[in-house]
Amino acid sequence: MEAAQAPLHGEAIIDALKQARVDYVLSVPDLHTSSGLLKPIASDPDLKLIRVCKEDETLGISAGLSYGDKRALILIQYTGFLYAMNAIRAMACDHSMPICLMIGLLGKEPDKASRDSARFGVRIIEPMLDVLGIAYHRIAEDADVAQIAPAIDAAYAQSKPIAFLIERRPVHA
Amino acid sequence: MIDRKQAWAKLAAHISDEIVVATYSSATDWIATVDRPLNYFSFGAMGLASSHGLGLALARPERRVIVLDGDGSLLMNLGTLVTIGAVAPKNFVHMVVRNETYEANGGHPTPGAKAHFAALAREAGIAKTHRIDTLDGFEALIPSLLKDDGPIFVELIVEQGELGPRSYKDMYSKVRRTAFRAAL
Repeated sequence: MEAAQAPLHGEAIIDALKQARVDYVLSVPDLHTSSGLLKPIASDPDLKLIRVCKEDETLGISAGLSYGDKRALILIQYTGFLYAMNAIRAMACDHSMPICLMIGLLGKEPDKASRDSARFGVRIIEPMLDVLGIAYHRIAEDADVAQIAPAIDAAYAQSKPIAFLIERRPVHA
Repeated sequence: MIDRKQAWAKLAAHISDEIVVATYSSATDWIATVDRPLNYFSFGAMGLASSHGLGLALARPERRVIVLDGDGSLLMNLGTLVTIGAVAPKNFVHMVVRNETYEANGGHPTPGAKAHFAALAREAGIAKTHRIDTLDGFEALIPSLLKDDGPIFVELIVEQGELGPRSYKDMYSKVRRTAFRAAL
């Protein structure tokens, strides 16, 4: 039962984004992160939310922002990650831009690793990140959130991509 | 119809510290017209020039950002018009050259022969739109493009340019991207 696990609070993730000096959140809504993360981001005066029509837009916007020394987090569902694959390949891999992806694994079973998910789309995300050479962190509970800010700092310092896999639905305190 | 190279020559005569984001055939003609550090080239993921430009415009509101897009490219990312209309950066000018041809991909026709891009942009929420089909008309418009609050969208009706293989590697080289960052 997912409820028996330690919680993952959206506010903790938001605090981590602020700690990492993220200016913009670029997003297509994802049911997985909708109420627990995206809604509090939308009402947070310290974060600028840009709602885009399709996920690949976020790669261009994020790249442009980075040239102007503004940091961005791309908040999307795994289906959007799959949709935006060529833009990710170009910006994150070929151009080695500091692209920070936060990917909601909608439908991931709480008692299984994502690689073992019965959902094909969920199951292939980590292997695809491996193929792309994009490092990632699994975020399943509040204790995992401490990984976010240092990883974003490193992404911008070294101009490289990073991904955070949101393994369970964040809750809104 | 307009010769794109002549149009870019007119534009180049007016620009100073603006960021110019260009893609594919528009970029090829632009860099042949004026090679400068504040040129930014969008390649590798066709359709995203305006998205790059939007990010730059938000990050650097003190600078005007001019995107030189193509109709084939815009068709791959039409949602960008809605996003730009919603964000509405004042320092953003989006020019789309329309020749109904994928010049960079063998000269095949786009599926957009019936599309009115300026109308699409207007209905997407971009209040200032123009559709220009003469060089004189474009030249007369340039001062306002560099001065008026945006976002501004311009559809330029141009002749088909040269076809054939082109190399874009130099335009998005790390050397150029480093020089662009330094120029900002």
